[in-house]
Amino acid sequence: MTDGGRRLVYLDHAATTPTRPEVARAMLPYFSERFGNPSSLYALAREAKEAVEEARGRVAAAIGAAPEEVFFTSGGTEADNWAIKGVAAANRKKGDHIVTSSIEHHAVLHPCRALEKQGYRVTYLPVDEFGRVEPGAVEEAITDKTILVSVMAANNEIGTVQPVAAISEIAHDHGVLFHTDAVQAIGAIPVDVDAMGADLLAISAHKFGGPKGTGALYIRRKTRIGTFMDGGAQERGRRAGTENVPGIVGMGRAIELAVGEMPQNAPRLAAMRDRLIRGILDAVPDTRLNGHPTERLANNVNVAFRYVEGESILLMLDALGIAASTGSACTSASLEPSHVLTACGLPPEHAHGSLRLTLGHRNTEEDVDYVLEVLPGIIGRLREISPLTPER
Amino acid sequence: MYSEQVMDHFMNPRNMGEIPDANGVGEVGNPTCGDIMRITLRIEDDRIVDAKFKTFGCAAAIASSSMATELIRGKTLDEALAVTNRAVAEALEGLPPQKLHCSVLAEEGIHKAIDDYRARQGAPEASGG
Ligand SMILES: Cc1ncc(COP(=O)(O)O)c(C=O)c1O
Ligand SMILES: [Zn+2]
Repeated sequence: MTDGGRRLVYLDHAATTPTRPEVARAMLPYFSERFGNPSSLYALAREAKEAVEEARGRVAAAIGAAPEEVFFTSGGTEADNWAIKGVAAANRKKGDHIVTSSIEHHAVLHPCRALEKQGYRVTYLPVDEFGRVEPGAVEEAITDKTILVSVMAANNEIGTVQPVAAISEIAHDHGVLFHTDAVQAIGAIPVDVDAMGADLLAISAHKFGGPKGTGALYIRRKTRIGTFMDGGAQERGRRAGTENVPGIVGMGRAIELAVGEMPQNAPRLAAMRDRLIRGILDAVPDTRLNGHPTERLANNVNVAFRYVEGESILLMLDALGIAASTGSACTSASLEPSHVLTACGLPPEHAHGSLRLTLGHRNTEEDVDYVLEVLPGIIGRLREISPLTPER
Repeated sequence: MYSEQVMDHFMNPRNMGEIPDANGVGEVGNPTCGDIMRITLRIEDDRIVDAKFKTFGCAAAIASSSMATELIRGKTLDEALAVTNRAVAEALEGLPPQKLHCSVLAEEGIHKAIDDYRARQGAPEASGG
């Protein structure tokens, strides 16, 4: 890819993906031609309504759900908020305890914090050095007051895939609902609500080639959950607000493409991932892989370089046209390094030197070559500047 | 996010390294916050004849140390102690608010290095630093 002649290698697909051209084309008619409000009664509106229901069917088919179990939202954040706050509100009489992991996305952690302020209790399970939740720890954490277990399908920073089927089984043995944030999982690993044992599952279109600001919450039939957005009777009275029709249409098309192409795409990305990991670890001393060696998303590379800081790495990569991400504090306002890397036991000085590269379906072997060509030099230069680098 | 000056001093840092026969050394910061600076000075007749830095940190931290060493080279100790973090940030055409602490660190590093020099000379310590 080039940007006005300048080389552009986009390696931040965990942050967002480009909307695929065929997805954008499918969305286009729903802005100015078929612009009707799905709740109205004339033909124009019926067209919009039908498009929304067709998309719902596609999303449902992609995750092994029934269409009436899929509810469109404004994205992954809203879906996670609804799952957690909605279950908490509707099950308050039954209990006040939630079990989640310490490496969840803030879209899960912050609703949990908000509930703690209202008097709920939350257990944040630790993870091992690879970022895995131990199912046995879920068993130990559950009490007779537990109403929800929420553990993500795959982590957005380190790509670690969680044993959700084993965890949901434990939750269900105790009569507790199970939610999973599958935002990073769609198109990367098989997502099936029954195989995963999910009562609730959150997804977000812009992570798999769809538009931003569109997501969905899967809600298994008969799950006790309150409404989150009050207003009109859209989404069968459970999520008010005029539907984002173009976004929903785009999400339907995108999930069909992403899940349909997964058997070819995932192994191709995994091969590039492994070449990047091996190439970086071989070329740069004092570097470690973050996350799990095998139980990881096909597109995720996360490494920690000692003696250097992540933002500096990102800016030098950006100067060479490579877009990446870091868990360092200096890119955030908090001045604290990534809670995910910290939970994996990484000391702060290592966490600051972390680099995340996440591949997508436009990336090529040449992109991998280019990164392997320039990255060791960048780390070498920053290590020359660093007072922490040992004399050799 | 960053000014051209910051990017220039980050991509082409001035005075990077360590003075082998330094007579004033200051190391500030800690790994938790993600920025560590080591300033080495060569001081002769109360004047900074050479200043170098090594920095672990973000672009703002590297650029601040580069600019700070530029600003104090050739200055007397009292003139160098009057170089504030604001002066460093202004010379860099501004820093984002959440990055101002990086310029504070540069000021602290210089004060600490001058304190170290004065302690070695057996003189009273410089202003707080
Ligand atoms: C794991 C995970 N959950 C939730 C979200 C939030 O999704 P959205 O950006 O659609 O609100 C993200 C994306 O940043 C994510 O990676
Ligand atoms: Zn900094």
